[in-house]
Amino acid sequence: MKYKSQAVAKPYFVFALILFVGQIVFGLILGTQYVIGDFLFPAIPFNVARMVHTNLLIVWLLFGFMGATYYLVPEESQRELHSPLLAWVLFWVFAAAGTLTIIGYLAVPYAKLAEITGNHLLPTMGREFLEQPTITKIGIVVVALGFLYNVGLTVLKGRKTVVNIVLMTGLVGLAVFFLFAFYNPSALTLDKYFWWWVVHLWVEGVWELILASILAFVLIKTTGVDREVIEKWLYVIIAMALISGIIGTGHHYFYIGAPEYWLWLGSVFSALEPLPFFMMMLFAINMVRRRRRNHPNRAATTWAIGCAVMAFLGAGVWGFLHTLAPVNYYTHGSQLTAAHGHLAFFGAYAMIVMAIISYAMPLMRGRVANNAQAQKLEIASCWLMSIGMLLITLFLTGAGVHQVMLQRWPESGEALAFMATHDALAGWFWARLAAGGLFTLGLIAYLVSFFVPQREVAPTEDAEAQTAAA
Amino acid sequence: MSERFTKSMARNIYYGGSAFFILLFLGLTFDTVTALPERDNRDQLTEEVARGKEVWEVNNCVGCHSLMGEGAYFAPELANVFDRRGGADEATFKTYLKGWMMAQPIPAPGRRKMPQFHLTDQEINDLAEFLIWTSRIDDNNWPPNIEG
Ligand code: HEC
Ligand code: HEM
Ligand code: HEM
Ligand SMILES: [Fe+2]
Repeated sequence: MKYKSQAVAKPYFVFALILFVGQIVFGLILGTQYVIGDFLFPAIPFNVARMVHTNLLIVWLLFGFMGATYYLVPEESQRELHSPLLAWVLFWVFAAAGTLTIIGYLAVPYAKLAEITGNHLLPTMGREFLEQPTITKIGIVVVALGFLYNVGLTVLKGRKTVVNIVLMTGLVGLAVFFLFAFYNPSALTLDKYFWWWVVHLWVEGVWELILASILAFVLIKTTGVDREVIEKWLYVIIAMALISGIIGTGHHYFYIGAPEYWLWLGSVFSALEPLPFFMMMLFAINMVRRRRRNHPNRAATTWAIGCAVMAFLGAGVWGFLHTLAPVNYYTHGSQLTAAHGHLAFFGAYAMIVMAIISYAMPLMRGRVANNAQAQKLEIASCWLMSIGMLLITLFLTGAGVHQVMLQRWPESGEALAFMATHDALAGWFWARLAAGGLFTLGLIAYLVSFFVPQREVAPTEDAEAQTAAA
Repeated sequence: MSERFTKSMARNIYYGGSAFFILLFLGLTFDTVTALPERDNRDQLTEEVARGKEVWEVNNCVGCHSLMGEGAYFAPELANVFDRRGGADEATFKTYLKGWMMAQPIPAPGRRKMPQFHLTDQEINDLAEFLIWTSRIDDNNWPPNIEG
């Protein structure tokens, strides 16, 4: 760690991982409710568990992105963070708002929560991923503004690297597109049209900038490859991401009431969306091959390459699987969607956060890298979680294909009803739950790896010397 | 990557390409928003329909169900439930929906559960109007069959 203020990243990372654990607990509840329909009913209905699961995911990723930013911006800018105090204050505000919201979901019926928080004044609740009460959404905007102000000033006053500028662009985009969460017209199609400006333009737009810049940072640090080379790759990747991904939004406009031209516009452009993910994978593998030094933190490199590969599989391959309009006609809103959503979110965004945590956490704890034993466990946990998630995806894909065959493909009259279809899919759902168990074991191993005693601790000065070389 | 392809070329493609496609997207959005009122029968979007959407939202129906294929995948698609359970007849559907909402949760052990929402008659009527209006949106013929 070169600058003292980088240390504010630590609480963000720690809290992110706590929320990650919560997300998985509720994932297991959901997986159980899929096969034992009345499990925990009426205490925790499926929809409540689902909003806790997905909202915790989004919020822990946001904590991860913020932690990553606080760590990397001072180092790239070559100066201290504008205000570490503001970063701490915003940490507590965000953590409190997030915790209260989750408690709200669990403690009272959702309609009651909407009433208490005055949803009728500015109705924004009750849409997928945007379930938060309107005041929580306003809180998120306030935190985002304070955050952007803090890191923005740091970037402006310091050295402007490509990594910094791409990251800032991604973060500003994240905040700007979130504003569409406040637009909720009565006309359902119009509502859905702009809802995707939050969801799709995040994960297949500005978040890709965040992903690529964090990945570039980790690779610069761990491989020692020349910045010029890495920056050129970075520009190519994000250029492809936006060129394909903006009009690619059309793959969500096929069957929600938008005009027909989206059928082919969405198909053609989103078919190109795997390209940036493919490039990212080549990039990571190439840079590690051409590395100029062997950084002692092998775990961080494992996460970085794992992230690029799994993001390509989840977003690129599983996204392509159902992105052409004639295919999507049958798979839209099926278990295949869930298969893709899981692998893409995990591979791209969960893994990039764990990559930067893996790189930065040891440095913040006063060593270049953890000892061999801790790294071994961490690398094993990376494999376990990845395999667990791949199995979840494969079983959900099996369920999705089976569902289409029973419920969607046959004519009306011959097709099986939804509930009967799901009864027939129970085997797939049991298998998915078991794979979720494997994933959970990986997560436990990961958390334990932080507590492996460090006998031969590398002295801090060595850490400084090592990072200074980058 | 080849040496002749420089960083500044890559940067120009990024800025130029993004700017072009953002503008194109805004243009298409303008066209879509203009075309929507006819596709979704905006003239039939009554007070009841608007209130029904709010009932739909504050009870988070989308946390279990999908609507035009979006939402959760735990319970049946509801954009065409008017056709499936109401036989596309408004009076039949309203009677059916009222009965359905009152009967929840159905006491069948092990079966997936839908909660009791304690909705008023007016709220159920609004919901029905919202689902009827939704079923008539021109969504390029989705879903493929009545089962959704
Ligand atoms: C906790 C999950 C959950 C929530 C929330 C929920 N439902 Fe359901 N709903 C179900 C399940 C499960 C079924 C299938 C029940 C069965 O067949 O036994 C169902 C079935 C239905 C059906 C019958 C569909 C058919 O084709 O048979 C209608 C209509 C319906 N729900 C409306 C609603 C409305 C309106 C809301 C919001 C006020 C809502 N549901 C919220 C779980 C839920
Ligand atoms: C890391 C990047 C990505 C993430 C995190 C992601 C995540 C998701 C999620 C969560 C959904 C479900 C949304 C909902 O609830 O309705 C979804 C839907 C979809 N995604 Fe992605 N995605 C990514 C990239 C891609 C790419 C690159 C493609 C295309 C090649 C793609 C194609 C699709 C399609 C077609 C759907 C709609 C599925 C349906 O009709 O039900 N995604 N994505
Ligand atoms: C123990 C492991 C997990 C289990 C059993 C699990 C289970 C589930 C279930 C049952 C749903 C609801 C699907 C539906 O609507 O019918 C869901 C939704 C979702 N989960 Fe998980 N989950 C797990 C881990 C994860 C992880 C690690 C991530 C991402 C990093 C994730 C991301 C998501 C997303 C994005 C959705 C919304 C999907 C969509 O709308 O298509 N889950 N999960
Ligand atoms: Fe998308």
